[in-house]
Amino acid sequence: MDEVSLQQQVLKAIESRAPLRISAGKTKAFMGQDATGTLVDLGSHCGIIEYDPRELVLTARSGTRLSEIEKALADAGQMLAFEPPYFGSDATLGGTISAGLSGPRRPYSGSARDFVLGCKVLNGRGEIASFGGQVMKNVAGYDVSRLLAGSHGTLGILLEISLKVLPRPASSITVSRECSQEDAISIMSEFLSRPYPVDGACHDGERAHLRISGSSQAVKEARKKIPGDILPDADQFWHDLREQKLPFFHRPGTLYRIAVKPASRPLHLNGHWLLDWGGAQRWLYSEEDVATIRHQTALSGGHVTAFRNGRNSTPLPPPLSALHQRLKASFDPEDIFNRGHIFATL
Amino acid sequence: MNHLISELKSLLPAESVLYDREDLRPFECDGLSVYRQLPMVVVLPDTIEEVQKVVRLCREHNVPVVARGAGTGLSGGALPLENGVLLSLAKFKRIIDIDVENAMATVEPGVRNLAISEAASRFGLYYAPDPSSQIACTIGGNVAENSGGVHCLKYGLTVHNILMLKVVTMEGELLTIGGQTLDTPGYDLLALMTGSEGLLGIIVEVTVKLLPKPERAQVVLAAFDDVARAGEAVGAIIAAGIIPAGLEMMDRLAIQAAEDFAHAGYPRDAEAILLCELDGTHAEVSEYIMEVRKILTDNGATEVRTAKDEAERQLFWKGRKSAFPAVGRISPDYYCMDGTIPRSQLPRVLRQISDWSAEYGLPVANVFHAGDGNLHPLILFDGNKPGELERTEEFGSRILDLCVEVGGTITGEHGVGVEKIDQMCTQFKSAELAQFHAIKAAFDPSGLLNPGKAIPTLHRCAEFGAMHVHHGRLPHAELERF
Ligand SMILES: Cc1cc2nc3c(=O)[nH]c(=O)nc-3n(C[C@H](O)[C@H](O)[C@H](O)COP(=O)(O)OP(=O)(O)OC[C@H]3O[C@@H](n4cnc5c(N)ncnc54)[C@H](O)[C@@H]3O)c2cc1C
Repeated sequence: MDEVSLQQQVLKAIESRAPLRISAGKTKAFMGQDATGTLVDLGSHCGIIEYDPRELVLTARSGTRLSEIEKALADAGQMLAFEPPYFGSDATLGGTISAGLSGPRRPYSGSARDFVLGCKVLNGRGEIASFGGQVMKNVAGYDVSRLLAGSHGTLGILLEISLKVLPRPASSITVSRECSQEDAISIMSEFLSRPYPVDGACHDGERAHLRISGSSQAVKEARKKIPGDILPDADQFWHDLREQKLPFFHRPGTLYRIAVKPASRPLHLNGHWLLDWGGAQRWLYSEEDVATIRHQTALSGGHVTAFRNGRNSTPLPPPLSALHQRLKASFDPEDIFNRGHIFATL
Repeated sequence: MNHLISELKSLLPAESVLYDREDLRPFECDGLSVYRQLPMVVVLPDTIEEVQKVVRLCREHNVPVVARGAGTGLSGGALPLENGVLLSLAKFKRIIDIDVENAMATVEPGVRNLAISEAASRFGLYYAPDPSSQIACTIGGNVAENSGGVHCLKYGLTVHNILMLKVVTMEGELLTIGGQTLDTPGYDLLALMTGSEGLLGIIVEVTVKLLPKPERAQVVLAAFDDVARAGEAVGAIIAAGIIPAGLEMMDRLAIQAAEDFAHAGYPRDAEAILLCELDGTHAEVSEYIMEVRKILTDNGATEVRTAKDEAERQLFWKGRKSAFPAVGRISPDYYCMDGTIPRSQLPRVLRQISDWSAEYGLPVANVFHAGDGNLHPLILFDGNKPGELERTEEFGSRILDLCVEVGGTITGEHGVGVEKIDQMCTQFKSAELAQFHAIKAAFDPSGLLNPGKAIPTLHRCAEFGAMHVHHGRLPHAELERF
């Protein structure tokens, strides 16, 4: 769909105060609560607008398939360094940035929002506005484009997004060793403060896996210093981790996502654990009740979400919650977009 | 003594409230000293509670508040208001915690940028963003400006290197924004606060990410007899898949000034030099140096030199980092611009600046972050010559308009402040400016935090537009003119 018809649709919705539900590839609909309202389908608002590998910048329409973008980048030896999860082959750029999800490289390279340079957005007044730009450094005006990353479409409809991209590492291996969760946490934490080219670290319940990437010399050199076995088929492993396709994720029950400081000791919660992001993102299947899970997470200074429907999000403290409401209203005064999608009150 | 001052004195110790003209003098400007204004009163609170008391009082009396770190800002962001309170964070100098296991540090906003890296150094860690002003500027000011430095090409800006803020709102409320986790529920307010130039809240605590010090860093210096060729070499390094830790360019005038000042061993007769820093493990750095040397030679460098030891590496950087003061010695005054452009536009923009330099009769020294396209043309002028400052400002604003025209921005890292407020009208349309004001109102409904900075009113843009018609198009045409 083109910008003008999207704008018409939004203006009509504003007039009748009828909510809109924004969707494109439908791969991340499971995150957050069901939004109500008429569907706005961004799936056909697609295409790469500009990509010059020398500039390290790519600009595309929000409905562009992530696979198309990653293909174009790979052809030029580059990548999206935040390693975005797809959760389905139809994943789009807009959905990826709105959901703000990042893969295993997150602690080492940065998050989805870190790579956002600019965007064009259709706001809740029916206006089209551009923020940020196509350059690496830009401090003119508030950083609205990074605010929109991870806002789950509640502030406006993303039309175009510019991202910083990076060269793909020349070489990469994964070193694996059997150890307890506790030992894995210490190992992974140690690598946060030692200058090794680690760009992925996880513990799958039995083994710790460290991905080492960089120039071929750097990888060779690091390999000598890091004990363990070389994991065969490592690309597939990290892909499956990112896409939640490892056997660990084949369990029934609620999958909790717990975010804590990376070096936090193992939480006192029974269940099955998988630690990613060097320990900063922990996945848990547990029979414990939600209050206990929340409580234990809070003791570690973290926050928890039931990943597949977002209902148990750690609530915001009142003054911050009020600020969120005012901010939402500043973009979307009639509360048109994705009403109730991330918090009941947003 | 006015009423507000006596109330402030009842809230804070006597030495924390300054109102004698001589005591106010050191606060009259920031690093952009062409703008000067004495505040009504300066307060130097020592605790978060004192900050809260001060802003609540100001809120009650409807008095504006301007926060100030070290005052090294280059856009007049910390310029006081005649009828306002200047709130200095100079007493917030404590390093609260260095958490080695989690590689993070929590500090007060008045801590100097370099002090964080110094404190983290014994753990093998450092704080990556390194503005040239890092010995003086504060982390609070860095967050408020989203400051960059020579290592930002690889390690990112302030926004990429902070985790959590404590912020006092104009209502006196204390908010925690972000967290020690890699994400937090709700909107990314951390991104919004970073670079907000003191308009959204007063930063009273900052948690930063620390990085392991690289095993080795090495710098390569390359000389060119043509600025455009140096620009092309920059693109070629990036295209080869190498992200240097720093990639800086200086032109002839800057080279000579820096050489006279720092004796860095720069080739005085070169039209441009590039400094390319590579860091990482020993073998990795060796591998990249070979590659970079080859790329530089292939792209027409007349000389390529690798620093022979750590002392020479430091010296190469000393020249670069002291380029501003060095230029300050060869001219009575200089005016530093801060536009960013897509790298591919470097040759075109540099050529145009040099043409305008001849037209205005004002020399320009170029020192800049070539890797990320962030230009710092320094326009040399003499403020004592009548009309010269005005001509300099006009020249400068043409440079910024050109940056926008080629797809860039009016400010890469120094902020808008009072200085570039009119150029904001060139870069943004009414809908965007209105959105900025709406965000401001969501954080600061009374509008008392650093008013008049960073975001122009729509009326101001209408007036500015009337004076400043581009290509026959009237910007903000939908607005009433007066
Ligand atoms: C020689 C020189 C070299 C420089 N090099 C660089 C460079 O390489 N890169 C770069 O990015 N900048 C550079 N700068 C600019 C400047 O140093 C930075 O903008 C710096 O971050 C300002 O910090 P400060 O503590 O001096 O802040 P100030 O100048 O005191 O304030 C800057 C702004 O931040 C606000 N502010 C300050 N503290 C707080 C707080 N606690 N809460 C809320 N708002 C606050 C102020 O209101 C003001 O708007 C340079 C300046 C000089 C003089």
